[in-house]
Amino acid sequence: MARKVKAIVLTGNGTNCEMEMAHACKLACADQIDIVHISELLFGEKRLSDYNFLNLPGGFLDGDDLGSAKAGANRFLHARIAGSSEMLIEDLLKFVADGKLILGICNGFQLMVKLGLLPALTGNFTKQSTTLTFNDSGRFEDRWVYLKANDQSPCVFTRGIDTVYYPVRHGEGKFVPESAAILKEIEKKNLVALRYCEPTRAIAMDYPANPNGSTNAIAGICNETGRLFGLMPHPEAFLHRTNHPRWTRETLPEEGQGLAIFQNAISFIRGKDF
Amino acid sequence: MADRVEVGFKEGIRDALGEKTKKRITDNLALAVAKVATIEVYTIAGELSAAELQEAAVGPLSDPVIQEFSINRPLAKSFDWLIEVGFRPGVTDNVGKTAREAIALLLGENTGERKIAVYTSRQYLISGKISQTDAGKIAAGLLANDLIERHQVIAAGDFDLNCGLPAFVPQVMGKDEPQVTHINLAEVDAQGLLKISQEKLLALNLEEMQAIQAYYQNPAVIKARKKFGLDENTTDVELECLGQTWSEHCKHKIFNSKIEYTDGRSKLKIDSLFKKYIKGSTAKIRKTKGKKDFCLSVFVDNAGIIKFNDDHNLVFKVETHNSPSALDPYGGALTGIVGVNRDPFGTGIGAKLIFNTDVFCFASPFYKKKLPPRILHPRRIYEGVREGVEHGGNKSGIPTINGSLVFDERYLGKPLVYCGTAGIMPARLNGKPTHTKEIKPGDVIIMTGGRIGKDGIHGATFSSEELHEGSPVTAVQIGDPITQKKMTDFLLVARNRGFYRAITDNGAGGLSSSVGEMATYSGGCEIDLSLAPLKYAGLQPWEILVSEAQERMSLAVDPKKVDQFMALARKMGVEATAMGKFTKSGIFHARFGEKTVAYLNMDFLHDGVPQMKLTAKWKAPKNAEPTFAEPANLNKAFIRMLSRLNICSKEAVVRQYDHEVQGGSVIKPMVGVQNDGPSDAGIVRPLLDSMEGVVVAHGICPRYSDIDAYHMTACAIDEAIRNAVAVGADLDHLAGLDNFCWCDPVKSNKTPDGEYKLAQLVRSNMAIYDYTTAFGVPCISGKDSMKNDYAIGLTKISVPPTLLYSVIGKIKDVRKAVTMDAKRPQDLVYVIGETLEELGGSEWFAEHKAIGNKVPQVDVKKAIKKYRALHKAIQSGLIASCHDCSDGGLGIALIETAFAGGLGMNIDLKDVPYRGKKRNDYILFSETASRFVVTIHPKDQGRFEKIMDGSVLNEIGFVAGDGLFQITGLNGKSIMKEKISNLKEAWQKPLNF
Repeated sequence: MARKVKAIVLTGNGTNCEMEMAHACKLACADQIDIVHISELLFGEKRLSDYNFLNLPGGFLDGDDLGSAKAGANRFLHARIAGSSEMLIEDLLKFVADGKLILGICNGFQLMVKLGLLPALTGNFTKQSTTLTFNDSGRFEDRWVYLKANDQSPCVFTRGIDTVYYPVRHGEGKFVPESAAILKEIEKKNLVALRYCEPTRAIAMDYPANPNGSTNAIAGICNETGRLFGLMPHPEAFLHRTNHPRWTRETLPEEGQGLAIFQNAISFIRGKDF
Repeated sequence: MADRVEVGFKEGIRDALGEKTKKRITDNLALAVAKVATIEVYTIAGELSAAELQEAAVGPLSDPVIQEFSINRPLAKSFDWLIEVGFRPGVTDNVGKTAREAIALLLGENTGERKIAVYTSRQYLISGKISQTDAGKIAAGLLANDLIERHQVIAAGDFDLNCGLPAFVPQVMGKDEPQVTHINLAEVDAQGLLKISQEKLLALNLEEMQAIQAYYQNPAVIKARKKFGLDENTTDVELECLGQTWSEHCKHKIFNSKIEYTDGRSKLKIDSLFKKYIKGSTAKIRKTKGKKDFCLSVFVDNAGIIKFNDDHNLVFKVETHNSPSALDPYGGALTGIVGVNRDPFGTGIGAKLIFNTDVFCFASPFYKKKLPPRILHPRRIYEGVREGVEHGGNKSGIPTINGSLVFDERYLGKPLVYCGTAGIMPARLNGKPTHTKEIKPGDVIIMTGGRIGKDGIHGATFSSEELHEGSPVTAVQIGDPITQKKMTDFLLVARNRGFYRAITDNGAGGLSSSVGEMATYSGGCEIDLSLAPLKYAGLQPWEILVSEAQERMSLAVDPKKVDQFMALARKMGVEATAMGKFTKSGIFHARFGEKTVAYLNMDFLHDGVPQMKLTAKWKAPKNAEPTFAEPANLNKAFIRMLSRLNICSKEAVVRQYDHEVQGGSVIKPMVGVQNDGPSDAGIVRPLLDSMEGVVVAHGICPRYSDIDAYHMTACAIDEAIRNAVAVGADLDHLAGLDNFCWCDPVKSNKTPDGEYKLAQLVRSNMAIYDYTTAFGVPCISGKDSMKNDYAIGLTKISVPPTLLYSVIGKIKDVRKAVTMDAKRPQDLVYVIGETLEELGGSEWFAEHKAIGNKVPQVDVKKAIKKYRALHKAIQSGLIASCHDCSDGGLGIALIETAFAGGLGMNIDLKDVPYRGKKRNDYILFSETASRFVVTIHPKDQGRFEKIMDGSVLNEIGFVAGDGLFQITGLNGKSIMKEKISNLKEAWQKPLNF
């Protein structure tokens, strides 16, 4: 019998895309999907270890008041599980060490990057080495972008994907590495799983195809195992063709292109490599 | 002692906020500066050690990849002017609050007894050769709003590069000395009563004050009061409570007044516009619909409720937040949106919020004349309101799917900021219907969410007045969407588990309104104001009762469930406080500790306000008819029209709102081949596993009020319905909201033309009745804001009478929805509906500085026939594109259809069904109601025409693949030929900032 896919969709403190992310897991046929408020983890009512697919949805953790997901990352690093000496971060690092999957979208990606879960080049998952900061335009924008997957990437979520079209909805999505060396390493290891591209598939260096001014048009990165993945665009916002901005004028399959990310994750968990 | 942590960008990292600020300085103030850099400042009180400060700065306060920080020493280096902007004491500081929580978590148990507080401010480092005056202008005119913020302007030479600015803690220095003032009204004369009303900002008139005076002389009242230590004197708590409850804002006194109306020929006596026309029309529609009536709760709750399907209900409400937005556009608008969120959330048993809508009315952002005192520049209002709604909507995770920007110079005095929110609720929950409210005596009163401060005191009474010199600063609030989000996350769980019995929001009038209104369900209440959680010390009991501090809901909780409710609140990090209980005593009873501070008969509190008696006189205005000649070449005319503020693209604003969070987006605000055509209405799927959609649209045409508010209203209703029908809504499942924003219609020395303005209001209400009943689209809720005037010195500015009509409806299968963009070359272009010479109040006349008199009039019978037929054609999949004709008429609708599809169009005007003076410009720009431009595939022509049989329509041209927009005039000659790219550019340019 195939392994059960147990998805947890984490919410609370300003997260707001949990419903559609859970819906994506449902459409991709996860066996169990729980939307869990972070307080349930902090009170020990739910345990990360009971799941094998962690979904970190978009939103505004603590309003992004100290910079996107900064206060959220601070909570993950310093919050204790009530009634025990355990820290939440220990459970999270155990989840990573067990080779389980984490998908961070938008604010979830910002959280992963600011915690250090991504790209985690040295294998240290709590040291931040890249960031997602204010768009060059200085404004929040909702617009659809083309993305090109890197077929050399170890990312398990983007397998088989060539180009996709998703919306971005953020004010702080510009990917910036700490140094040229870090960037080189990320590129060398093919940790860039998705890049913004033009409709022609050419890598997009300019606004608006590159909506935020990201270095090397980076839209999503993974860690070296490919099991941790974060991206700024929202695949969970394109689960049905009627989500596409031009669905009334283009012939599109009923299923939206966002589903592939979740299907990949779920079939990986069911597969022999997990 | 406090410490300063400053955070700035590292060398070589782009400072997007600095660049944006630089651009605003150039655009808004026409000042050239070379560079602007920004530094975030955290002033931390609470005696942190050096190591702790370091830990906070490295950790949550800065981003190690791109930022650097300093502790108690300045980061600022090379600049010419430094401007630091921070909040005034007591103003909501959301970032400061988050920083405090982050630091508390970081320190954990080491915090000990220390009270940590964080206050934020921002430094702008300006490089450029500007004068001190200009630097001051940038500070006061752009970066800081002195009402809520303090700022310092420092020249480079005066700045101490070693010490920087000293840490300043903007703390409210209040002391807890609760006091209740007792006032004897018995001997006060008329003038004295009015003086009390004015000084206490009660906004009550003489008759109302006299009713209060009389109440306290009733022996039975005095006797009952004596049992609780009170007497014939009123307390300030009671007076304030009455002021709020009886305010125009809460009681709608003008709408409920007795009016004698005359139009010169006949006379009419109206006992409450609200009862006769608004409630009356809905009652009639519901009766006519019989078993097909979908209304569940109308006019009795915070929002209206209709059926969506057998298992779910929809809840919808639109509010205005005009007066606060005039003083502080950002905070006012932010509070507007998070405030209206709480209306559907607090309706029935509570609804999950599914979308927002916004309509803003401003003066031109390019306004060049001198501004009257206390008025902010329209551009500043525009940008502030836009940003406030962005933060309120986006951070709450609610998609903004529909809206408008309307421009008229008269909105200079007061901008109108309409914010709407819809929600969805299961039809039944825990075995009970969800659309009703029930409270039992003995239920515990619980307040949850944010704390109470002096913010928003007198908001309800303040908005019941014109903007004047003494308009209170405390009336301004700043919303905190994340505190509210945490609260709504918690309350939805509590709702589903059946932990509370009833819920309502704390909006205008604060606890006095929320608890006061809830108490009507049980028949009384007893509340202890000393239990209220406060932001800071120093609030008086009356302030606690009427504060409009945001993010609070009031609940009635079964005493048996209080513990469960409280435990869940604690776990989810939300503050909740039991403040008393609901009773059946018939009394609104407020204590402070053991001492009674208010003891009012519920009957008097809610029904004691005397009915106003007003007169309304209608005399149709006679405007000059314009005399301009028809332009020979219409290329230029089109470019001018497309660039008009009421017509041009609003994409720059739209894009900054998240319009697809929650995953159910179907029709977005911008559609077409390049995702930049203007959609007529929004559609979302609130249930992701269903194809049923919710449609939302609106109509607003204030310019027509210059001719007749009756037709203004009829056109707004028609426009809203037309927009909804255009995307595929079913006319038989549409409900409306009426939001009136009027200028003061009560005749007085300040308003000598009050009788005319009231007649406009009466006529608007008549149209609501006539047209909603004819269309069968009932009003389910609404709101009126009656004092949208500005009066300082000799300047008086009144807004044009403005009605926003919003509709919510249903489309059974969203896959049938239609967008407005032309789809394919060779598709046939049809106009549905006859065009009449109706250019009165049109954009084309306005372009020629004229109003005219022939205002568009809605022929409702023909409209219904068209709408039903069109719906059938849409359901049959015959419509490739459909766009409504509104501002700018047929001509603009055609061009928008063409360029949204990236296609050209060939149009022959002699084929347009038209009655009136034979002028090409009139045919193109007349704003006759109930018309659409549709395109269809040639193969569908026969079936389409058959379905539309009986309505006026005609084929007027075809979609062209050449990218040229061409029109043949009535004389058979070309009158227009232009590349669609040029036309689109003209349309996109004006508000693209």
